Amino acid sequence: MLRIENLTKIYTGGVQALMNVSFDVPKGQFLAVIGLSGSGKSTLLRCINRLIEPTSGTIVWNDIDVTAASDEELRRIRRKIGMVFQHFNLVHRSSVLTNILAGRLGYVNPAWSLLNRFPKTDMENAYKQLERVGIADKADHRADELSGGQQQRVGIARAMMQNPDMILADEPVASLDPVLAHSIMQYLEKINKEDGVTVLCSLHFLDLVHRYADRVVALKEGILMFDGLPKDIDDAKFKDIYGRDAERVG
Amino acid sequence: MKNKKPNPMRSFGTGLLVLLALIIYAYGFQVTKVNLAETKSERRQEQLFRILRALARPNIFAYEKEVFEVRVPVMIPCPAEGFTPPAVQNPDQPYMIVTPSCSDPRSKVLVQGFNFEPQTRGPLNLVPHESGVNLQLASIEVDRFGQFEATVLLPNRPSEESHEIVAITRRNIGSPHLTKTAYDTWDKIVETVFLALLATTLGVIIAIPLSFFAARNLMKEITSTLTGMSLSILLIPIGLYIGAQFASLAEWVSRTMVGNWLIVAVGILGFPFLLTIGMRWALPQQETQTPSAGLKTIRLSTLFGLAFIFVLLLYLISYLALTAGSALGDALGNLGFLGFFVRDLGDILNMLIKVVVALAGAGVLSSMAGKWSESLSRQKGPLVRLSHTVLAVLGGATLAALLLAVIYWLYQFRDAQLYFIYAIVIGGALGLLASVLTKPASPLLSGLVVYYVARTIFNALRSVEALVMAIVFVVWVGIGPFAGSLALALHTIASLAKLYSEQVESIMTGPLEAIRATGANRLQTIIYAVVPQIVPPYISYTMYRWDINVRMSTIIGFVGGGGIGFLLQQNINLLNYRDASAQMIAIAIVVSIMDYISSVMREKVV
Ligand SMILES: Nc1ncnc2c1ncn2[C@@H]1O[C@H](COP(=O)(O)OP(=O)(O)OP(=O)(O)O)[C@@H](O)[C@H]1O
Ligand SMILES: [Mg+2]
Repeated sequence: MLRIENLTKIYTGGVQALMNVSFDVPKGQFLAVIGLSGSGKSTLLRCINRLIEPTSGTIVWNDIDVTAASDEELRRIRRKIGMVFQHFNLVHRSSVLTNILAGRLGYVNPAWSLLNRFPKTDMENAYKQLERVGIADKADHRADELSGGQQQRVGIARAMMQNPDMILADEPVASLDPVLAHSIMQYLEKINKEDGVTVLCSLHFLDLVHRYADRVVALKEGILMFDGLPKDIDDAKFKDIYGRDAERVG
Repeated sequence: MKNKKPNPMRSFGTGLLVLLALIIYAYGFQVTKVNLAETKSERRQEQLFRILRALARPNIFAYEKEVFEVRVPVMIPCPAEGFTPPAVQNPDQPYMIVTPSCSDPRSKVLVQGFNFEPQTRGPLNLVPHESGVNLQLASIEVDRFGQFEATVLLPNRPSEESHEIVAITRRNIGSPHLTKTAYDTWDKIVETVFLALLATTLGVIIAIPLSFFAARNLMKEITSTLTGMSLSILLIPIGLYIGAQFASLAEWVSRTMVGNWLIVAVGILGFPFLLTIGMRWALPQQETQTPSAGLKTIRLSTLFGLAFIFVLLLYLISYLALTAGSALGDALGNLGFLGFFVRDLGDILNMLIKVVVALAGAGVLSSMAGKWSESLSRQKGPLVRLSHTVLAVLGGATLAALLLAVIYWLYQFRDAQLYFIYAIVIGGALGLLASVLTKPASPLLSGLVVYYVARTIFNALRSVEALVMAIVFVVWVGIGPFAGSLALALHTIASLAKLYSEQVESIMTGPLEAIRATGANRLQTIIYAVVPQIVPPYISYTMYRWDINVRMSTIIGFVGGGGIGFLLQQNINLLNYRDASAQMIAIAIVVSIMDYISSVMREKVV
């Protein structure tokens, strides 16, 4: 269970990316975060695992105060939160296997991992995850030899290696074609439904929101504009979120 | 389009600029002493041509020479009874005919030679009767038919007896062989290449870790509280001291062990085994639960003991390399350098252990300082506030005292005690001020401080030419290639660390953020997200630097830094241009080969 209270982020330079955002996410929910470009979706997701340091407000996750965590506690928190990115963020020159094993870095002993030694169980698990996303034959390829869709599957496998309780997905399908987008979203859905992993996913297309999300929060210029079910986004709400001149496409 | 109107002010400005440029160049000509008359003077031109001709004939190959002497008698003046030279005995052998065969002093005679080795040259001398003196009459050049002709003036040496005219020519025999200059050049060019190799290797090994400290994007993430910084300042010297003592203790234990070969063998074979087992137990690969405090303590002390055994093992290895290396070096004869290399490696290891262990001690204590201050900053209350202030004052005072110690070491001024008191008071006051201005928990950009210090040092070092550094190292370790390698290595460190760090700064941030999100710590993030991205540019810059070092090592000998430069400079000074030419050609060949290899390598990896 994730609780966000009065989260505010003001970047150096004065941009108010988040203003007093508060909401709860119960365990196992598939939550979509929507909003115009620049509305603060990425900032919100990154504040949750403190890749970005919030200016004020609290984030409580599984009864741990993330915002007050020490380095060591933060490591323990982060390793239970997987993250998937729009641009996949794989390490291009490393092999697919290494990229996936990187998901274990929060668990393994740093001294051993610096020598690229991972426990046997992790290796087995890595191959299992590869199998699950359907690219078992690519383990030894360099990450940048893969297509975009394949790279995103590696990204998901990496997150799953963390054995996460929650996945933060920042526009995971924005750089993929619609067919691939659905297949990636289906993986996330499967992880959500089968493994009970909470998913927070920022999305640009409302049809994807309708199809996959249990619930939607909408941001506009850093302010929480909407919090409800996907089917409750009617034309008026839509114009609220995306601006008066916006046209519905999805 | 707008019609451009002539602007008088603008034209005037341009005219002024042109005038200014003229003045600047005129002054430049004067201070650089441009002297066109000299370039045109015939004497100078002749010198230049002589040098160029010598350069075109590098002293690399030479023939074994055979000297031919052909003699013919001549009388000065003609005796009363006349003079008939002896008949030519063998018309297939070289011979000479003088016409007339006798003549007055200071008269001209024609000397003709036949059957000489074609295309040879040499002096034509007059050897007065039984004097052994050579009076050169002319230089002869034998044509392609083996003949020559020379009209010579007889000297004023009247005598009753007959003189001899001697033609001395040299003939190449056998095939050409390499000259001594060629061998010397080869020796020195090998030295040059290895000088560059050592300098580059040493420079790269040190520059790689340092480059991370000069990378802004990594360093700006590192923050610590004022308490943390002060604690670090206090603990780092202590850590250095403890580390050095730790190493000394291990060294002492190793000394007591080396008396007995059996014990040494058991140590060298047994310790690695012990270390692996110990590491496996004390550093479990993966932990889901936080270990209890007791277990943690036991593990930490085990690790401490293992560290001691590790250092001990290193000392034993260095001792073994030292003794075995010198024994091998003596025994191997021609290949002795291999043994001496092992010995020197042992020596280097021995020297490095203490430094590295001391640094490790400082590292451990300063990371402990970070942990303590982090847990301290989480608490609240007057005690925290107080420790914040006290530590800041102590830290400021220590830092000031350390800085002054460096200054004192450099300048050796009098009344040091007084100045130390000043420094401590001022440092303490600044610490107090800082503690008032900051909150105990507020993060300060300590990483950026390190960044700026590192950058400044690198920039300063880089701006000093390697040649100048070589002069300093020559004073320290004496004339020779070692001084040159050290100077080049230092310069390499400074410039590569800067170039490398710029590469670190330009990496993609995406993978970095992804690895951090998995819960990786700072070191893991660097290894898994930064290193893979910087490998190609690092290799490419290393090759580039290797190129520069080869070039530099060819001239570092000018200041006594070893390599071919010394030979080259000597030959230029002694006007042995043909020898200098051989060395220049060697340099050109080596530099272009290295150029080619490095460009191929660069293409391969990038
Ligand atoms: N590092 C930064 N420094 C300063 N301002 C930033 C920074 N990152 C983001 N911002 C600003 O914060 C606001 C929110 O950015 P954010 O990236 O969270 O938006 P977003 O909703 O994810 O947009 P998009 O859909 O384009 O990804 C924007 O106005 C952006 O310009
Ligand atoms: Mg975004």
